[in-house]
Amino acid sequence: MSARAARLCALGAGGLVALWLLTLNFGALGAVAWRAEGFTALRGADWAAVRFTLVQALWSAGLSVALAIPLSRALARRAFPGRGVLITLMGAPFILPTLVAVLGLLAGFGRGGLVNQGLGSAGFGPVSIYGLHGGVLAHVFYNLPLATRILLQGWASIPAERFRLAASLGFSPWQMFRQLEWPMLRELVPGAALVIFLICLTSFAVALTLGGGPRATTVELAIYQAFRFDYDLGRAALLALVQFGLCAGAAVLAWRVSLPAGLGGGMDRPVQRFDLGRGAWDFALIALAALFLLTPLGMIVVRGIAQVPALPGEVWQAAGRSLMVALGATALTIAMTLALAHAVLALGGARGAALEALGLAALAASSLVVGTGLFVLLLPLTNPRDWALVVTMLVNAGMALPFALRLILPGLREVVATQGRLADTLGLHGLARLRIVPLPRLRRPLGFAAGLTAALSMGDLGVIMLFAEREGATLPMQLYRLMLAYRQADAAGTAVLLLGASLALFWAFDRWGRSRAVA
Amino acid sequence: MLWLEGLEIVQGDFRLAADLTVPKGARVAVIGPSGAGKSTLLGAVAGFVPEARGRIVWNGKAMGAGSPAQRPVSILFQDNNLFPHLTAFQNVGLGLRPSLRLSQDERGQVEAALTRVGLGGLGTRRPAELSGGQQGRVALARVLLRARPLLLLDEPFAALGPALKSDMLRLVAEICAETGATLLMVTHDIADARTIADQTLLVADGRVTGPFATEGLLADPPPALRDYLG
Repeated sequence: MSARAARLCALGAGGLVALWLLTLNFGALGAVAWRAEGFTALRGADWAAVRFTLVQALWSAGLSVALAIPLSRALARRAFPGRGVLITLMGAPFILPTLVAVLGLLAGFGRGGLVNQGLGSAGFGPVSIYGLHGGVLAHVFYNLPLATRILLQGWASIPAERFRLAASLGFSPWQMFRQLEWPMLRELVPGAALVIFLICLTSFAVALTLGGGPRATTVELAIYQAFRFDYDLGRAALLALVQFGLCAGAAVLAWRVSLPAGLGGGMDRPVQRFDLGRGAWDFALIALAALFLLTPLGMIVVRGIAQVPALPGEVWQAAGRSLMVALGATALTIAMTLALAHAVLALGGARGAALEALGLAALAASSLVVGTGLFVLLLPLTNPRDWALVVTMLVNAGMALPFALRLILPGLREVVATQGRLADTLGLHGLARLRIVPLPRLRRPLGFAAGLTAALSMGDLGVIMLFAEREGATLPMQLYRLMLAYRQADAAGTAVLLLGASLALFWAFDRWGRSRAVA
Repeated sequence: MLWLEGLEIVQGDFRLAADLTVPKGARVAVIGPSGAGKSTLLGAVAGFVPEARGRIVWNGKAMGAGSPAQRPVSILFQDNNLFPHLTAFQNVGLGLRPSLRLSQDERGQVEAALTRVGLGGLGTRRPAELSGGQQGRVALARVLLRARPLLLLDEPFAALGPALKSDMLRLVAEICAETGATLLMVTHDIADARTIADQTLLVADGRVTGPFATEGLLADPPPALRDYLG
């Protein structure tokens, strides 16, 4: 294969992926609008949903970041046994199936949960986890670790020499903060908050389980209800448009604020500092956060582990289906990411950047909007419900693409920059080039991205809810049904199974990436 | 014969003109101040830098739009001449087959090339497990196998100490003698030019001039070169 043909190939494959992303992110929306045959006017409840969505996302993002600042500062400068494990565990909520997290929070904060038992024995009435504060609590549980990891990297990126210099110049703690830490925070905090805001905007599973009712419905949930319960395509379409507008607005904002990378390394050692007191405050903070983040998970495991062997057959079948969907989505995501990344680099300049932006745009896409669109597109051709698993896989792959692209593109860019010319002089092109040059060097990010995709897809409860019938459920959907039916024991066992499957998938792929990783 | 026929390279504000011939089998040093365009000149011959005007002709055939791999050229850069994740054997094997699917016979050729540069038995090492000099030898073994008639060196040995560097240059001279290759070698070190290059191209003030006989040039340098030599 010649250099020219290889370039055309990269551009062709990237173009196909771009076309598919356009269909997924914009075409689906168009399809909904087209099938709606005129919009049904939004009701008061729908506007309440818009308000609720914005308010909960603002609270969630604000609280997550506000708590993450002191927490990441404490983690950045304190060494203690188990620090590495704790930081690794803080990555877990990101790949944790939402429903499992919700179940964990219910165990901690629900009606019969630990907190209410404590309050009850102290003579106070129970607090409800449902509604706005329940949603915010779940989102903070989910996103506090993400924000902490992003900021932790920021703290790690301040060169240790600067702290040494500041110490030798006799900086006060305030000057230290003002000169060294504040500039980093000013750079990272807006991006971190915006990412979390975006994630919470498209929150579906949390709202489905902890929200609901007229006062705690997100737009995403309202789309589902309009579609599934009322089959009012007009309203679903209009809500989808509103949701798209919200996400696009936030995405445009995100475009102006540089988004943090957030998932990489660089957290192995605490920064050596010279302004440390005894650290009671730091350690109390770390202990509280660990308690908040780890107790719910611990309770899930404790309650459910014994139930796993006794789970009914339908749960195992659902697990098998979810596994297939997760593996399919992973293969698709990796293939699409590689094609897109190569095309971005082959184009270069502004056009490459535009293509990259398209790849990242899915970050702002809502899976319910995309799902509704695909449903409407499939309807004239076939029974969409027969394709529930395929559609779920396709949508999952599209949703994971931005993360995978962010992980893989920088590495590929570096490989091309340092070894592209060498490969050119040797006439390495096409698949042989892919196999010999970038793939071995990108093993790590590839493994990580694949693990992330597989875990996200395994635990995703979104688009499947639009499509699936009684049979053909995925594991998260099966779990949701068990929760609705109050089959507590089975639900607890299923949650452990789901948690285990997600973590195992992530672990296996990540492990593959780390093994034999070279240079 | 290498013929730079009315060649002009333009990169933004930077321009470089050359109109000269280098005889086949010559060993030519390319010297001149930093930023004058020595690497750019080599990049143009290797096919990485497009010519704005003129042609680069080898043995009566214009190189034209040939991609870097299609040109009759082997080039070694300042760094990144080896893939860090491949073994020495694989790095050399790429010179025969980019797919690395080598026949038994070809594997023997790779071993022979490694032995020729003094790395027999070290084929399983990765670049990080080799010294700087050994890394240079791996790259030269690949040059040997590819046996292209033009060898371009863009200071690949600049980071080596003096003794190692002269070892490398001796090896380069031997390889050129064995394969009959024509050598163009960028250098900052006049001693290098004296050691292995009988002729010298001077790159300065937007022009490539020469080739001059190296000894004569250094004995009586033109003003541009005199400024550079100090």
